Amino acid sequence: MDTLRDKRIVLDCAAIGRTLERMAMEILERHQGGDNLALVGIHTAGVPLAHRLAARMRKTANLAVPVGMVDITLYRDDVFIGLPHPIVGRTELPFDITDRPIVLVDDVLFTGRTIRAALDALMDFGRPKCIELAVLIDRGLRELPIQADVVGQSVQTAPNESVKVILSELNDVEDQVMLREKP
Amino acid sequence: MEIPEMRHLLGLEDMPADQITSLLDLAHRMKEIGERPVKKVPSLRGKTVCHFFVEPSTRTRTSFEVAAKRLSADTLSLSASTSSLKKGETLLDTAHNLQAMAPDILVIRHSAAGAPHLLSRHLKAAIVNAGDGSHEHPTQALLDMMTIREHLGRLEGLNVVIVGDIAHSRVARSNLFGLTTMGANVRISGPATMLPPGIETLGGTVCSNMEDAVEGADVIMMLRIQKERMDNDLFPSDREYFNLFGLTRERLRRARPNVLVMHPGPINRGVEIAPDVADGAESVILEQVTNGVAVRMAVLYVLASRNEETP
Repeated sequence: MDTLRDKRIVLDCAAIGRTLERMAMEILERHQGGDNLALVGIHTAGVPLAHRLAARMRKTANLAVPVGMVDITLYRDDVFIGLPHPIVGRTELPFDITDRPIVLVDDVLFTGRTIRAALDALMDFGRPKCIELAVLIDRGLRELPIQADVVGQSVQTAPNESVKVILSELNDVEDQVMLREKP
Repeated sequence: MEIPEMRHLLGLEDMPADQITSLLDLAHRMKEIGERPVKKVPSLRGKTVCHFFVEPSTRTRTSFEVAAKRLSADTLSLSASTSSLKKGETLLDTAHNLQAMAPDILVIRHSAAGAPHLLSRHLKAAIVNAGDGSHEHPTQALLDMMTIREHLGRLEGLNVVIVGDIAHSRVARSNLFGLTTMGANVRISGPATMLPPGIETLGGTVCSNMEDAVEGADVIMMLRIQKERMDNDLFPSDREYFNLFGLTRERLRRARPNVLVMHPGPINRGVEIAPDVADGAESVILEQVTNGVAVRMAVLYVLASRNEETP
C-alpha cells in the first residue's frame, strides 16, 4: 500500500516539543491575556496538537483554554471525484464560538483546501470574533490564498513529496515529522 | 480507513456486516449535524434527490426530505396521486421520465416487492428502497439498529424480539436480515395467521406465545397492525389482538431490566402497544425518528459520492 519512502526527519520528538512550546507562547502573545481564546483542532492530527498546545498554555500562563475539534470531510471540495470515502470524524465544539477568538490547529499546511473547508465548518457553528491558523509544518505549494499565523516549521517541498506527522496519541510510537517522497 | 462503496440500497439481505457497521458509524456522525445551529453541510450541493412515493407515506418521505436537505441536495417529490401512474403510464415509463431530469438518487416506495430492483436495472440514478411491498425497508432497519447500538453499545448477542404482523412487514424482514448479519438473536412472534410459513429459515426463532418471546429480551420491536394491507379475518378483534400480543407493562417485566421498546410508527395505542408502555421510560420510539434522518443522510451521502464508473 505505502509507496512512499522516507527521505529525512524534519523534526524529532524533542524538536516537536520545543516547537509546540514556542507556538503556544506565540499564540499567547498574539492574544494578550488569552481571554476567551479557544483552540479547535482539525481532525485527525490537529486534535492532539490542539490539546498539547492547550496543556502548555495551562502550564506557562495558568490559562484554561477550551479545545474543540472539527472534521472537514462533509465540507470537502473533492467528494465527487471518485476518491474512496474517508471515515467521517467527530465534530465537537463544547463552547459557543460566537465572539471568541478561535485558533484553528492542524499538523500540515499544504494546498490550503482543508483550511477552507474548516473555515466553512466553523462558520456553521456561529460567528467567531476572529479565526487564526496555527500549523506545526508549513510545506508550501498552496492552491488557495490561505496563510498560517503561527508556524512551527516551514519546509520546502516538491509535489511528489509528502510530510508525515506521527504523534504518539494517534500512532502509539514516538513523535516524529518525516519528509517522504514517491520513488 | 474508508467507507465501502455502494451502488444502490435495495435491501439488507445481502449487505455484509462491515458495510452495515460503516453506515451506522457514519449515521452517528450525521446525527450531530442535526444538533447544530446551522443544520446543514454542503457535501451534496448540486446533487438532485428525487423522492418517488408511489405508495402513500408521510414520515419516511419527510425523513428522507430532511436528510437530503441537511446535506444541501436539491429535492423533488412525487407521490402516487400527482404522478402520471394515475393516468395509465407504467412504472418504468414514469421512471424513465424522472431519469430524464437527471436525479443522482431516486428514493422509491412502492406497493410491489421488487419495484426498486426493477428501476435499478434500467436507470442511471442510484436507487434507494424506501419500502417495497412486504419485502424490505432497509433504512428503517438501519435506524433501528442505530438506536439499539446507541443504547446498548452493540448488536451482537442481543435478544431482539419482533412482534406482530410479520407476514406483511417489510420492517420485520429487513430487521431480520440486518440483525442476524450483525449477530443478534432474533425472535419472532405474532398470531399464526400473520407468520409466513418458513419464516424461521431467514434466521429467526418463532415463538407462538408472547410471554415466551419477551422473556429475557434486550429489545422488543412492536410492529404496527397494518389494516390497509390485510383482509379483516387475520384476527377476530383489536381487543383480542391486544390481549394476546399487545405489549403491556406486565409482559414487559419478563424482559431484561434495561429493555428497549421500539416501534416503526405510526403506533396504534391499545392495539399492539399499551399507551403507558409507548410513553414509558423504555420507549425509544421518538429517538427512532431522529435517528431515521441521520441514517438516511448516511445512505444518501455514500450513494451520491460513489464512483460513477462502478458498475
